[in-house]
Amino acid sequence: MRRRDFLQGVAAGTLTFFFATPLGAAPIVPTRPGTYPEDFNAYLKISADGRVSCLVGKVELVDMVLGDTDLCPWDMPTGGSLTMWHTAPVLRGAAAEARAVLLRMASKALGAPVSGLTLKDGAIWVKETPARRTTFGELVKGRKMERHLGKVKPKSLSDCTLIGRRVPRKDALAKVTGAAQYAGDLRMPGTLHACVLRPPAQGQTLVTADTSAAERVPGVRIVRDGTLLAVLHAQPDTARKALALALVKGTFEGPEPDVDDVRIYQYLVDKAAPGQRVVISRGDIAAGEKRAATVVEGEYRNAYESHATLEPHTSVAKWEEGRMTVWASTQSPFVFRDAVAEALKLGQDKVRIIAQFVGGGFGGKLVGPGAIEAARIARQVPGVPIQVAWNREEDLFLDGYRPAAVVKLRSGLDAGRGAITFWDSTVAGVSQGEAELCYDMQSNRYQAPTVPGLHPLKVGAWRAPNAHTNAFARESQLDALAAKAGLDPVTLRRRLITDARLLRLLDLAVETFGWEPAPGPTGRGIGLACGAWRQGLVVALAQVTVDKRTGRVKTERFLEAVDVGLVVNPDGARQQVEGAITMCIGQALSEEIHFKGGRILDKNFDTYLLPRFSAIPRIQVVFAGTDTSVTQGIGEPPVVPVAAALANAVFDATGARVTHVPFTPERVLAALKLVPAS
Amino acid sequence: MNATTSFTLNGKPVTVASPRDRMLVWVLRDELGLTGTKVGCEAGLCGACTVLVDFEAVLSCSTPLGDVAGKSVLTIEGLAHDGKLNPVQEAFQDHHAFQCGYCTSGMIMAAWAFLKKKPKATRTEIVEAMEGNICRCGAHVRILDAVETAGKAMGGAR
Repeated sequence: MRRRDFLQGVAAGTLTFFFATPLGAAPIVPTRPGTYPEDFNAYLKISADGRVSCLVGKVELVDMVLGDTDLCPWDMPTGGSLTMWHTAPVLRGAAAEARAVLLRMASKALGAPVSGLTLKDGAIWVKETPARRTTFGELVKGRKMERHLGKVKPKSLSDCTLIGRRVPRKDALAKVTGAAQYAGDLRMPGTLHACVLRPPAQGQTLVTADTSAAERVPGVRIVRDGTLLAVLHAQPDTARKALALALVKGTFEGPEPDVDDVRIYQYLVDKAAPGQRVVISRGDIAAGEKRAATVVEGEYRNAYESHATLEPHTSVAKWEEGRMTVWASTQSPFVFRDAVAEALKLGQDKVRIIAQFVGGGFGGKLVGPGAIEAARIARQVPGVPIQVAWNREEDLFLDGYRPAAVVKLRSGLDAGRGAITFWDSTVAGVSQGEAELCYDMQSNRYQAPTVPGLHPLKVGAWRAPNAHTNAFARESQLDALAAKAGLDPVTLRRRLITDARLLRLLDLAVETFGWEPAPGPTGRGIGLACGAWRQGLVVALAQVTVDKRTGRVKTERFLEAVDVGLVVNPDGARQQVEGAITMCIGQALSEEIHFKGGRILDKNFDTYLLPRFSAIPRIQVVFAGTDTSVTQGIGEPPVVPVAAALANAVFDATGARVTHVPFTPERVLAALKLVPAS
Repeated sequence: MNATTSFTLNGKPVTVASPRDRMLVWVLRDELGLTGTKVGCEAGLCGACTVLVDFEAVLSCSTPLGDVAGKSVLTIEGLAHDGKLNPVQEAFQDHHAFQCGYCTSGMIMAAWAFLKKKPKATRTEIVEAMEGNICRCGAHVRILDAVETAGKAMGGAR
């Protein structure tokens, strides 16, 4: 919705603030220039009943749901750890502006100077005579106002009563009682559940299907739209069973790539080779190599990994009076809206997306192929709500995975063991995102390909995309350099780090962990890694034990020191860090998509292995407490160094360098075989 | 074919007309409108659909309706009484033992079934009891803390 339409839709009798200028240092890169940030991106409303509400187009993956494309101004997706960075300064500014305006209005109404007024909990009164009071609701009655940010400074942090304190989650009661409503929980009368006929391999499409057996099931309807064929029934399980009858006789077409989960790495390297481009280039690599006294060569890999949200992609769509409404499990209502509009050749104003509670996103629900399916089917059955809830097999099959990747690295340390003389990466599968950290490197080169369709499988944004692949390679390589040069991993980093924030954070992590570093492998099983996502910095320390007979790695302890600037909601931030560590223990040790051609062999959680309770270590989280008011998002930074810290811990425990994520027992055993007998 | 099956649901008698081999989770969600019980894997691998049948935790995605005939089924909706949360719910709320909340119903039901039998459980026993329930957001540490707290509240102080 554009600003003008939105203004017209605002109810009379409210005080409304629109904010055009984000405060703070957040450089916003709009995906749709001209609409955002030039248009307002936050909106605060004070109703006649005194309720203060704020609407933004984000969705809250772990708290309240906000995104409704009819009610909220256009917004970017909830992803990239951008929400706090973009929204926090705007909302603080908005609140400050509103406070100033209300105090002026109250001063007039109560006949007292602003300096003599107290404002608290929606009311304003004269300090000396509290009976002379008014409320926000009384003040704003019948008015509509527009204000722009920038004139009023937010109050100082020491005066804040909520920022920096633990507050009870607003969604807690709904979630512990089962009342929280996710897209699949909607029960609109007349809903039909649609199960879509899937090809056996990614990239293939439907040619023919004999649906006669499915149609004999009482209550079944078949909808076909091009290559999309769906079996509909009032009961989801009956629709699924009927689909199996149609699937028996389906034929599909389309090429299948000649590759599998073992050959994928050579496949990527070969396919990338002719398209390699230098994307980072500083200093003279060849000259740096000549100056090197210690050289290490490494090849680091990671498998495809699924988002595997516990709630599979789910949407309900309804076509009514020329408009499509989709209730969706989504991180990006406006992206969904535009995609649905495009798929159905409708104007954007003819599509409304209403976000529900989201059962996990991690980047996987930035895109909405399931919502498009629901809308295409609903378009064929006007007035009937159509629910498309992927089952686990579909979710694993249709997900856009974390891309598999190969990072080849050569690098060297000078004789004084204080300078990286050269650092040379050749990469296939990801791009250079967060490849560099604030380490002093005399020469640095990063080559990555521009090859369209490099990946044989569908890939997408997986919580801190690119960054975890690059950090795994970089931090493993640094660890190997330190060990080869006889240095401990902390000393080497202290010599290389050029940023005071990261240095402080490193000290904080090492002190809190109570670690006295020594050149590895020490047998203690402690590993260090650093990482960044935008301005958010993380230092991770892992302690593991390795069963040399089975190759099983057990994480005993994990600490992250995190600097994301001002922490607004400490317990919420802590949850994000704990969750990232836990999730990435799965990334590091067990999660891998197995495939042959376009066929995804993992159908469920029996082979796609998420971390369970027994895999969880003792977790410690410590925040730097930087006294800056600029807040960085925290969804992604703590993900970045986890696998690297664990791999370095495996090295410290055993002398074996694991270079392939996930380091499954088989891969650990293979790495152990390469350890020279001492 | 549709048969009628009677059982007790959250303390009240119910009769549903649905095939007896239909999985309980669909009956709860679609016939009885209790959507607090979630569907995560439909194969007994994630625990999101955990409910109690005669006080034993069962996976409702893999339990045919016929199996609960004449028995007592308890779902997340039946835990709180007169607006008062059950000790496990209360502990989950206090510890913020969830993020997205999709696994939460199953977690709470599994924990409740376990603690009813063994409120004085050790951390290791709790881990074992909860191993069948998956949380993707990584709230595990808080879930374990919450289960411990609930155990103590239920008289299991060690």
